[in-house]
Amino acid sequence: MKILLTYSFSSLATYIHNLLAELITNSLLLQVTEMVILGVSLIAFLVVLCFFLGYMERKVAAFMEIRLGPNRVGPKGSMQIVADTLKLLLKEGLTPDSADKFLFNLAPVIMVIGSMMVIAPIAFAKDFQLYDINIGVLYVSAVSSLGVIGILMAGWSSNNKYSLLGAMRSGAQIVSYELSVGLSLISIVVLSGSLSLGDIVRSQENGWWIIKGHIPVIISFVIFIIASTAEINRAPFDMAEAEQELTGGFHTEYAGMKFAMFLLSEYINLFVVSAVAATLFLGGWMPFHIGGLDGFNHIMDFIPSSVWFFSKTFLIIFIIMQFRWTFPRLRVDQLLTLEWKYLLPISMVNVILVTVMAIMGWHF
Amino acid sequence: MRGLIEDDYVTDEGEFVINIGPQHPSTHGVLHLKVWLDGETVKKVQPHLGFIHRSIEKMSESLSYRNFIFATSRMDYLAAHINNEACALTVEKGLQLEVPDRAKYIRTILAELTRLQSHLLWWGCTGLDLGAVTPFFYAFREREYIMEIMEETCGARLTQNFMVPGGVMYDIHPNFQKRTKEVLIQIKSKFQEYDNIMTGNVIFENRTKGVGFLSKEDAISYGVTGPTARASGVSCDIRKLIPYSAYDQVQFDEILGTGGDCYARYMIRMHEMKQSVSIIEQLIDNIPEGEFQAKTKNVIKLPKGEFYQRVETPRGELGVFIVSDGAASPYRIKYRSPGFSNLSALPLMAKGGKIGDLVAIMSTIDLVIPDIDR
Amino acid sequence: MFLKEYFGTIYKSIKSLLVGMKVTGYYFTHLDEIKTEEYPDNRATLKMFDRFRGEVVMPHDDNNEHRCTGCQACEIACPNGTIKIITKQEILEDGKKKKRIDAFVYHLDLCTMCNLCVVACPSDAIVMAQNFEHSVYDKKQLKKILNQPDSKLMQGVE
Repeated sequence: MKILLTYSFSSLATYIHNLLAELITNSLLLQVTEMVILGVSLIAFLVVLCFFLGYMERKVAAFMEIRLGPNRVGPKGSMQIVADTLKLLLKEGLTPDSADKFLFNLAPVIMVIGSMMVIAPIAFAKDFQLYDINIGVLYVSAVSSLGVIGILMAGWSSNNKYSLLGAMRSGAQIVSYELSVGLSLISIVVLSGSLSLGDIVRSQENGWWIIKGHIPVIISFVIFIIASTAEINRAPFDMAEAEQELTGGFHTEYAGMKFAMFLLSEYINLFVVSAVAATLFLGGWMPFHIGGLDGFNHIMDFIPSSVWFFSKTFLIIFIIMQFRWTFPRLRVDQLLTLEWKYLLPISMVNVILVTVMAIMGWHF
Repeated sequence: MRGLIEDDYVTDEGEFVINIGPQHPSTHGVLHLKVWLDGETVKKVQPHLGFIHRSIEKMSESLSYRNFIFATSRMDYLAAHINNEACALTVEKGLQLEVPDRAKYIRTILAELTRLQSHLLWWGCTGLDLGAVTPFFYAFREREYIMEIMEETCGARLTQNFMVPGGVMYDIHPNFQKRTKEVLIQIKSKFQEYDNIMTGNVIFENRTKGVGFLSKEDAISYGVTGPTARASGVSCDIRKLIPYSAYDQVQFDEILGTGGDCYARYMIRMHEMKQSVSIIEQLIDNIPEGEFQAKTKNVIKLPKGEFYQRVETPRGELGVFIVSDGAASPYRIKYRSPGFSNLSALPLMAKGGKIGDLVAIMSTIDLVIPDIDR
Repeated sequence: MFLKEYFGTIYKSIKSLLVGMKVTGYYFTHLDEIKTEEYPDNRATLKMFDRFRGEVVMPHDDNNEHRCTGCQACEIACPNGTIKIITKQEILEDGKKKKRIDAFVYHLDLCTMCNLCVVACPSDAIVMAQNFEHSVYDKKQLKKILNQPDSKLMQGVE
């Protein structure tokens, strides 16, 4: 009962650890068991999360398009995505005859692994983090670009011209937008003075960076949202898929479970970039605090930290979804123009601004 | 034409050729485009037709002058009324039949409603082609109101077959005027929303401005008509140049553009929708009393000769050419469809652009594939 | 000057994007604007317009009498060969022989709902019905005999 009342994942983790420690005495075995439990629960969590995100996206799209959205399977259509997944599971996983079989089958796995790995340093709640690596920000920006290998692999191995075009587009796109993402991450690193995501969250105890850092941080927040939307290949930057131009882009030839894995990685990526944005700019699991108002701060503390984290994350997810259902797609050269002519110069100047601000102490 | 056939299946080593269509999301049907690419840049485009040829022209030769009209609904299915009207007008020309004023007014109102719904669908599809899914649904919401008018008065939503030689099939439904006025108010209130979500959008402007340029000379020499030609500055509105039905009774502007690019074509159609609304508003309260159909013989026989009538469909100039040998069915029928000529300018417009531009050009010349193939 | 243009472009772009997002945001928050008709569920309230052309039917009155004289005007008017009228000779009460319909065969699978047969009919024997749910499992079921068994020609219709 105590676990339920504390609202915290950390005590749950401690409880499980203690339970296992009593059962298993060998320390190596204990470690392996815990890792397996962790991995399985993470994958289960992500799959459930993707079901929810898929449902959410359909409903958001439907409501913006004056439709009802899924409303047949389950209450309010909530089981529709489960039914679709079942359908994809049962479908034949076709491999084209002339495709490079090994790479073709490996590509979706790489994409899913690449996007799942980014989850590790993100703090879901107070004291609940899979691995508080001390170079968290660097790790996130490094691992999140693994996805492009999967896309290039899928596009190349499909032996399809549409796929190849999609993969090449995505290569150019992700390599360019990585820069802006990196530079906007750096602005927070400069302010908080740490690469560890745990430390960055703790540095926002007296206010989120987007409030403390005012204009320069808001600029880098906007740039981060735009650039990361491009980095995860979502509309209006879905060059690699571009249904109306390239039919399906890099996943034209995929069907069944392999296609489902691409979808899975797309939604995990969506969650990950939103979670990173929430962690860096909106304080992660940190409640909304105003310096001096102790009564107000105390009420805010009463809301569990995981609720804070997920509500911020889903707010950003909603914004990215609204992008998708409002804007037309950019053309491939305009996409690169946007990055090299607008986002990159602005974020470079912005980093200088933030650095000056951090040195002079002009932030709150 | 010879060049087309020669180049058809010849590709050099290292050329990157993709086949867009016949099954492709942005060709709006079974159009097949063979596209030579240099990276993302389009070097050459070659349309291949014939996937939906139903030989409507040949079929019409065995049908009577009353019966052949219905098949034209299936040519340009978004402008079924106007196609039917063109056929009816040609037969009337042959019979030298005077159509009652009431029928003329009803025809004009229905034709403008058709133009409005066709442009609305085009607007939604342009958004869809450029990657914005949401405008499609907004367009279909307003289009549905017009479809209801059609359903109530004509009995069908898309293939109405409401025009008969001599007038219209039935008198208008008692609710027609009231419902039409309500719908016009609805649609007028939504134009601003269309501008907000699409026209002013910076991504949309970048995708269309300066893309797919068609010069005035090329537009004329390729026989391009309709909004596509008017965007290049060619004055070719049949409603204005050779008024038929009740178009001489109304005040409206022929919208002419100068840009010749996708954005100009887009803006022409947006303005034309407003013009259509204004035409209907002028006519709807002034439908004269009287017969809705002129008396015709049971079996219509056209005198020996050749008859040609052109009308303005939402896509351009539709010409109906009937050769009669005096029998009860036409000797030969030829439709000059706007889509076919407009498509012929596509390779010219798309050359040198990107793949994304090709999609934008295709959607702004508003192709309806059954209209091209017939 | 360059900077002014540069930031002007950015300002205009962001403004236009926000204007677009306002439209979708409006509809997201105003769910009463949803226009979806839940078709199979609203069967009870769904009413088609009187003139809607669903299929050709032949109305019969209470005495199982129809108005079709078998003149074949509709068969000639039909562009697709949808209608086939089979006639028979019938001996009336006063001993005269008269042409009467044996079967009014209507191929729904060929029909384009062009309404020309209804217009052509001189005795208003056939009308368009508003039923539109024509799906069947066997194509043969789309071939319909419109006159009911043992039906007669209505008195006074010639």
